[in-house]
Amino acid sequence: MFAIILRRLIYAIPIALGVSVVCFSLVYLAPGDPLQTILPADASADTIAFIKHEYGFDRPIPVQFFFWLTRVLQGDFGMSIATRRPVVDEVLGSLSNTAVLATIAVPLAFLIGYSLGVIAGCFPGGWLDKLVTGSAVMGVSLPNYWVGIVLVIIFSVEMMALPATGMGPNGSTAFSLFRWADLQYLILPAITLALVPVGILARSTRASLAEIRNQDFVTTLRAKGLGEGAIVRHMLKNAMPPVLAVMGLQFGYLMGGSILVETVFTWPGSGFVLSKAIINRDIPVLQGSILMLAMIFVATNLVVDLLQAAIDPRIRRA
Amino acid sequence: MDGTLMPQADIAPLVEIEDLTVRFTSREATVSAVNGVSFSVKPGEVLCILGESGSGKSVTLRAMMRLLPEKRTTITGRITIAGQDVLGLNARDLRALRGGLVSMIFQEPMTALDPVYTVGEQIIETLRKHRNMSREGARARALDLFELVKIPSPERRLDSYPHELSGGLRQRAMIAMALSCGPRLLLADEPTTALDATVQIQVLILLRRLQRELGMGTIFVTHDLGVASEIADRIAVMYAGRIVEEGPVADILANPRHPYTQGLMASTVHGQHRDADIQAIPGSPPDLRRMPAGCSFGPRCPTSQPRCREAFPPISHPSADRMVRCFREGEEAKASF
Ligand SMILES: Nc1ncnc2c1ncn2[C@@H]1O[C@H](COP(=O)(O)OP(=O)(O)OP(=O)(O)O)[C@@H](O)[C@H]1O
Ligand SMILES: [Mg+2]
Repeated sequence: MFAIILRRLIYAIPIALGVSVVCFSLVYLAPGDPLQTILPADASADTIAFIKHEYGFDRPIPVQFFFWLTRVLQGDFGMSIATRRPVVDEVLGSLSNTAVLATIAVPLAFLIGYSLGVIAGCFPGGWLDKLVTGSAVMGVSLPNYWVGIVLVIIFSVEMMALPATGMGPNGSTAFSLFRWADLQYLILPAITLALVPVGILARSTRASLAEIRNQDFVTTLRAKGLGEGAIVRHMLKNAMPPVLAVMGLQFGYLMGGSILVETVFTWPGSGFVLSKAIINRDIPVLQGSILMLAMIFVATNLVVDLLQAAIDPRIRRA
Repeated sequence: MDGTLMPQADIAPLVEIEDLTVRFTSREATVSAVNGVSFSVKPGEVLCILGESGSGKSVTLRAMMRLLPEKRTTITGRITIAGQDVLGLNARDLRALRGGLVSMIFQEPMTALDPVYTVGEQIIETLRKHRNMSREGARARALDLFELVKIPSPERRLDSYPHELSGGLRQRAMIAMALSCGPRLLLADEPTTALDATVQIQVLILLRRLQRELGMGTIFVTHDLGVASEIADRIAVMYAGRIVEEGPVADILANPRHPYTQGLMASTVHGQHRDADIQAIPGSPPDLRRMPAGCSFGPRCPTSQPRCREAFPPISHPSADRMVRCFREGEEAKASF
């Protein structure tokens, strides 16, 4: 197992490198000159050349990349163009706000989605299966910002039970999951955010189980005299690797923060910050957020790979 | 097999099947996979069910353990194993029968074992289910079983996953698992078909030895007459969901009565290729969704007569322990294959 961990870690390096190349290229891929945003419109050619030299834009691109990467590895993403604050602070702040949301949304989504999928997969074709599959389709296809607004109307406007927006009276830095005054702000956005992953996870868990159910070894288990419970346990273990892959993707999706949901609830998370950065053409913030999120994806994938290998010996070999 | 091992005629049968029919219903059609099968197996006896693909051999075996999908399957008739009415068993007694009294070995040892558990774990699980054994006790017994089925370095192999074993070893592990709880009846569904020729013979020899040592009644499904002649005490020839001829292996090999059996023999015993057997009979089996009224072999039979299209031939007994279903029986006409 240790060898596998090492091998997967080594595999992750080129991926991480590739991602950083893409992030670096953002500066050049974005329309317009990167200097345009810093310089006044009437800057003279001399000034432009001077600034170009100062920022290193006149050096060969690989050299630029190398310098950029060394800075990034030291945690220096530069300054936000819009707020003049260090990008690291902006990005980490927004990420941790999204993470707070995810600590509720992820377990909620995984627990409910997986359980629904298992129930449906255990009784394929039954009314429970139809109910779950139907609800899953609904969860996936209803626009979640719309659901968010409906929830706000019901629970905040009509019932006045839960707050509609923001992160509470103490602000994002002092937010605590263990204080109801703060926690109540989390409930509606977390439910809204969990909706799509619940649907996707329920459907893929069901599909994975339904496929396993038709395999020969299930007949062997039955022929051995095992009860339904024990057979389902075998099926669940077999069905787990693809389910883990879906969970990994959904985890990444939740960490990325939904721009629409965070906007509806004015939650200062990564989706929120990302959308602001796009509007402001705040390239350093974009670079920082995308790189961080991509690294979270890479790390999640690594964890998923290792969990899959722990469950399925055939994956261990590959 | 030699005569001393033949069970005595007065022993109560281990298995009795009477007029078994199995139908699968789906939205599109009803498939009559088994159409009135009766046979019995005495303790310690080996019955080979012989027949080409789709003749209902696997379905018959699966019906005996009620392994067919319950919702879509209609089973009628009687299945009695060691005095138990299998079709009438409640869920609990059925689980005790499966793997305890009756065990099954499947054709594909790769797909028949759970890929994410070691073979040892799968045997231990079976033992603990049927015998109140500790984990250590079950493991020790699993090790004994691996030695019994001649798996090299058994201790290490117990901790192997199915994909880490060769086909032959996998099938041996499957056999060990089937034997783990000392079944009185072994159902083997083409257990050697998926293996290489040399491995096939080794596994066959192993099965025959274990069957004799443990005195298990055995139903062995195959479409290979050569395999059947190696291992069987009696042979039942199945065609389109019916047994068309049955009797002691030596008698059937020496003097096949049914034109279908004769066809099988003509293409196997004198032929060079064991595997090219059944294809040699011209035509193909009837559509099980629309069974013809008369003899189901009629359309392919070289000696077919008008009456063969009217009704299925009755049972006749050319000798005390033989059964044939053909109108020609007793008329001494020989098919000219
Ligand atoms: N679960 C099922 N649902 C519908 N039809 C089935 C089912 N199982 C088997 N059949 C049909 O029943 C018939 C008999 O199948 P069976 O598997 O018993 O054949 P077989 O004699 O074992 O052949 P083979 O040598 O290929 O294993 C086939 O036509 C098959 O398509
Ligand atoms: Mg079969």
